[in-house]
Amino acid sequence: MDFYLGLAQIIGIHTLLGLSAWCVLHTGQVSLAQGGFFAIGAYVAGMMTTIWHWPLLLALAMGAMVACAVAFVVGFPSLRIKGLMLVVATTAFSEIIRLFFFNLKYRVETEGGAVGPDGSLGFGGIRYLPTHGWSTFEVNVLIWALVAVVLLSLWALDRSRVGTLWRAVGEDELAAQSVGINLTTAKVSAFALGGAIAGLAGGVYAHYATHIEHGNFGILLSTFAIAYPILGGLSSLAGTLLAVVFIQGFLLEGLRFMGDWRSLLFGVLIVVVMLVRPNGLLTRPFKLSILHKGRAGAE
Amino acid sequence: MLELSKLSRHFGGVKAVDELDLVVNKGEIMGLIGPNGSGKSTTVNLITGVYRPSAGTMHFKGSDISQLDLHQRSQLGIARTFQNIRLFGNLTVWQNLWAARVVRETGWKGFRERWLSGAAAAREHSEELLEFADLAHKRDMLASQLAFGEQRRLELIRAAATDAELLLLDEPAAGMNAEEIHDLEARIRSLRDQGRTILLIEHHMELVMGVCDRITVLNFGRKIAEGTPLQVQQDAQVRAAYLGADETAAV
Repeated sequence: MDFYLGLAQIIGIHTLLGLSAWCVLHTGQVSLAQGGFFAIGAYVAGMMTTIWHWPLLLALAMGAMVACAVAFVVGFPSLRIKGLMLVVATTAFSEIIRLFFFNLKYRVETEGGAVGPDGSLGFGGIRYLPTHGWSTFEVNVLIWALVAVVLLSLWALDRSRVGTLWRAVGEDELAAQSVGINLTTAKVSAFALGGAIAGLAGGVYAHYATHIEHGNFGILLSTFAIAYPILGGLSSLAGTLLAVVFIQGFLLEGLRFMGDWRSLLFGVLIVVVMLVRPNGLLTRPFKLSILHKGRAGAE
Repeated sequence: MLELSKLSRHFGGVKAVDELDLVVNKGEIMGLIGPNGSGKSTTVNLITGVYRPSAGTMHFKGSDISQLDLHQRSQLGIARTFQNIRLFGNLTVWQNLWAARVVRETGWKGFRERWLSGAAAAREHSEELLEFADLAHKRDMLASQLAFGEQRRLELIRAAATDAELLLLDEPAAGMNAEEIHDLEARIRSLRDQGRTILLIEHHMELVMGVCDRITVLNFGRKIAEGTPLQVQQDAQVRAAYLGADETAAV
C-alpha cells in the first residue's frame, strides 16, 4: 500500500509539472525551463518552513510566487527568440538555477541544529510534514487537491478567451498579431503561469522528499515536463495526466522487473506513440492517423 | 484614411517598393495590381508592419504608424487577409472570430469581454459575420476541416471581426472558381457598404475592374499608373507592363 501511495505522490507532482509545461506549449513555445522553476519553488518553500517557520500553504504559495516572478522576468528577453534557440536558452536557464543552488549556502541555527541549503550537500531537514504528523495518505490528499485545483483552473482558462488567444498564438504568430493579439503579453503570461505551477509542484516535492539537492533538478526533469503534454496531446488536460500515469506508473515503475532494458523500451514506446498518434494520446478528432493515411493511400 | 508617402523597402540591392505614394480614401475600394514581383505583397507587409520601411512615411487616420508593432496597427483598425490562407487551424470557426475580436469596453464589462465569455453585443456581431460568410452552420468545426472556399471566407470575416476600418485583401480570389469569385465580389461590396475601406491586391482582372473605384498599378516597385479602371486599362505603360514592351510596340 505504501508503495502505491508513494507512487501516487510522484504522479501527482509530475502532473503539476506537466501542466506547467502545458501552459507554455499552448503558445507554441518549447521551454526546458520548467525544471528550473520547479527547483526555485522547492528551495524557496523549503526555506520558508524550515528557517522562517511559515505555515505550509503559505510557504507553497510563496514558492509559486517567486517562481512566477522569475518566469515573468526571464520571459521578456527569452520569448523574443523561438524554436531551437529558445530550447537552448531555457536549458541554460535551468542549468544556471541548478548551479545556483549547488553553490547556495545559507545555514541558520535553530533549536534542532543548523538548517538551510548547504551547497553541494543539499538541503535536508525539511521536516514540516513529519513534525506536524502528516501521514502519507494526508500528503496525497494535499497533492491531489492541488492537482484538482490547478486542473480545474486550467480547464476554465482554456475555455475562456485567454485560452483561445494562447492557442491562436501557438497556431500562427503572424496571423495572431494581424488580428491584434500582443505576442509578448500572451507568451509571457503563459510562461509566468507555467512558472507558478512548476514552483508549486517544487514546493510540495521538497516537503514530501524532506531532502533536496541540485541533482534532483537536472535537465531530465525539464525533459519529462514537456514530454507529458506532448505525449498526452495539447488539446486536452486529461491527456497530460494520462501521460504521467503512463510514464511514471507504467514505464518507470510497472516495468521495473525488466531492469536496464526498461529505458530502452521507454524510448521505443515514445517513438511508437509519436508514430501512431503524432498529436498526442488524447486528441480531437480521435482517429488513428496511420490507419487514416493508409486508407487515403489505397484510394 | 491611409497615406503612404515616398515609401521604400529595399532587400539588399533589390528595390521591392520604391518611393511609393499612395492615398486610400475613406469608403473606397482601391485596387493594387501589377505583374508578379512588382511589390504588391511587400506593400501590404509594409502597411501591416511585417516589414519596416527603408524610407518614407505611413499615416493612418492622420497618425504616423510606421513605428508601430503589428498588433498595434491592427488595434488601430487595419486588418488583412493572407495570400496563402493563415487561419488558426486547430481552433473552431467560432474561436477564430473570438480571438480576433477587439475589445474597447473598460472596467468589469471590458474585463469580462476581454478574458471571459464576451458581452452579448460582441457575440451578436460574430453571429452576423458568420451569417454574412454563410458559415453559421459550421461554427463548431475546426478551421482546418473547412473547404478551401470556406477557409477564404472565414479569413475574410476574421479580419472584419477586428472591427477594422481598413481591410487589406491579399489575393482573395486566388484558387477560386468563377462562381466563388462572383460571391466574393458581392461580399467585398457589402463590406464597403458597411463603412469599411478596402485595399484589394489581386491578379484576377475581371474582379479588380469590376469592383474597384480606383486602381494603382505597380511595376518593379514603382507606381506606373493610377486612376479609374477604364483609365488604367487604356494606359500605355500598363499595357506594356502586362503585355511586354515588344507587343506594345507592334500594336
